[in-house]
Amino acid sequence: MNDAPPIFSVRNLAKSFGAIHVFSGINLDVAKGQVIGVIGPSGCGKSTLIRCLNMMEVPNSGEIYFHGRPTTPNFRGRNGAIGAGELRRKVGMVFQQFNLFPHKTVIENVIEGPVVVLKEKKEEAKERAMALLSSVGLADKRDAYPNHLSGGQKQRVAIARALAMRPEVMLFDEVTSALDPELVGEVLNVMRKLATAGMTMVIVTHEMAFAADVADRVIFLDEGTIAAEGSADDVIHKPKQERLKRFLARFHA
Amino acid sequence: MYVWDFYTVLQSWDLFLYGLWITFVYSVGSIVLGVIFGLIVCFARLSRIRLFSASARVYLELFRCMPLLVLVLWFYYALPMLIGMSMENTTAAMLALALYVSSFYAEIFRGGIKAIDTGQFEAGAAIAMSHAQVMRRIILPQAAKKMLPAFINQSIIQVKNTSLASVIAVADLSYMGAVVNGETYRPLESYTFVAFMYFLLLFPLTQFADRVEKKLRQSD
Repeated sequence: MNDAPPIFSVRNLAKSFGAIHVFSGINLDVAKGQVIGVIGPSGCGKSTLIRCLNMMEVPNSGEIYFHGRPTTPNFRGRNGAIGAGELRRKVGMVFQQFNLFPHKTVIENVIEGPVVVLKEKKEEAKERAMALLSSVGLADKRDAYPNHLSGGQKQRVAIARALAMRPEVMLFDEVTSALDPELVGEVLNVMRKLATAGMTMVIVTHEMAFAADVADRVIFLDEGTIAAEGSADDVIHKPKQERLKRFLARFHA
Repeated sequence: MYVWDFYTVLQSWDLFLYGLWITFVYSVGSIVLGVIFGLIVCFARLSRIRLFSASARVYLELFRCMPLLVLVLWFYYALPMLIGMSMENTTAAMLALALYVSSFYAEIFRGGIKAIDTGQFEAGAAIAMSHAQVMRRIILPQAAKKMLPAFINQSIIQVKNTSLASVIAVADLSYMGAVVNGETYRPLESYTFVAFMYFLLLFPLTQFADRVEKKLRQSD
């Protein structure tokens, strides 16, 4: 384990939606190059938790530190805190519902961030975009519109779009849950390649075998807290807690 | 048996043509201004700042509950006394028409924006776009397509609405009907011809609207 400070430090995070208490007392460190799997029953706040990491959700209390700097939901940070605008350039997100821009072609989707936000030149952005599309196996779809793609293809474009921003961390919010089973594999393969290449990733997933295979650490979120935490082996293959065992029993591991 | 005599009425073809031109000017003018005001009110209505959204809602309710005829008369007779400035009938008419249609446009724009899936906002935000950038590059282009049929229909209605400017003596096509009638004492031919000219003006627009709607339904 390296001694470098963690990229993300989450301290005592709590989130409620009105009267609905989602989670509290969450402590988490994400080190560079680590792949963290987040598993747990539906509705337990897994998505909410990773959405706090790029300030798509604003926690009610607690702190999230990015490279040691406190994060703030304002678009522009102040007093040294990192604002949402800056944070989201370094932390990319892929959604369950893909959310590709339907009025733009595949390559236009991928260069949108670099050109509009990072102010890159269109030609350079297009070159990088083609490299990314090739790496996810979709170079031939560059001029297609999203509504002509399968779910798996859309999700791979979404991954390329997020990677085009050159993020340090990638957040995956149940990215295969909306896919037909036969399309899940192609997306997981792209994610596996990313992990092997050393990307820091936080993956919310129901794919237990994948999480066990790719994650360095797995956390089990249940009833508003981290009920279990450890290596993939500890959490998925050799669960100790009752709730965790019952949860995993639903999946044919 | 009434003897039709369009010939006498058509002697004043130059007046009708001028009236048609004025109707065209007020249509385009009030639509363009209406779009500008409508956009402002729409974004005020969607704003998180309570003052803006509350003001926008007051504005919208006011114009929803007011007949255009009354509005035109009010802007010409009442408003100048309130603000202490005299107002030409042309200004009063253009202002009333523009503000009236702006309230409809504002709701049409808002409907278009609301119809866009929140996932689109999130995707834009996730690649570090500011709210303005997401609106401009992601939401509005998609919303524009969604609201196009309603917008075109409202604009067609607005062309007809411009006829109310005639009650404060704006020399539009409707007004010319009265003028020519006053000269020829032939209301049947005068107003039939005016109706015919409105039809000629609007029929291409309604056909265009239908074509646009068909094309949009195909692309879905």
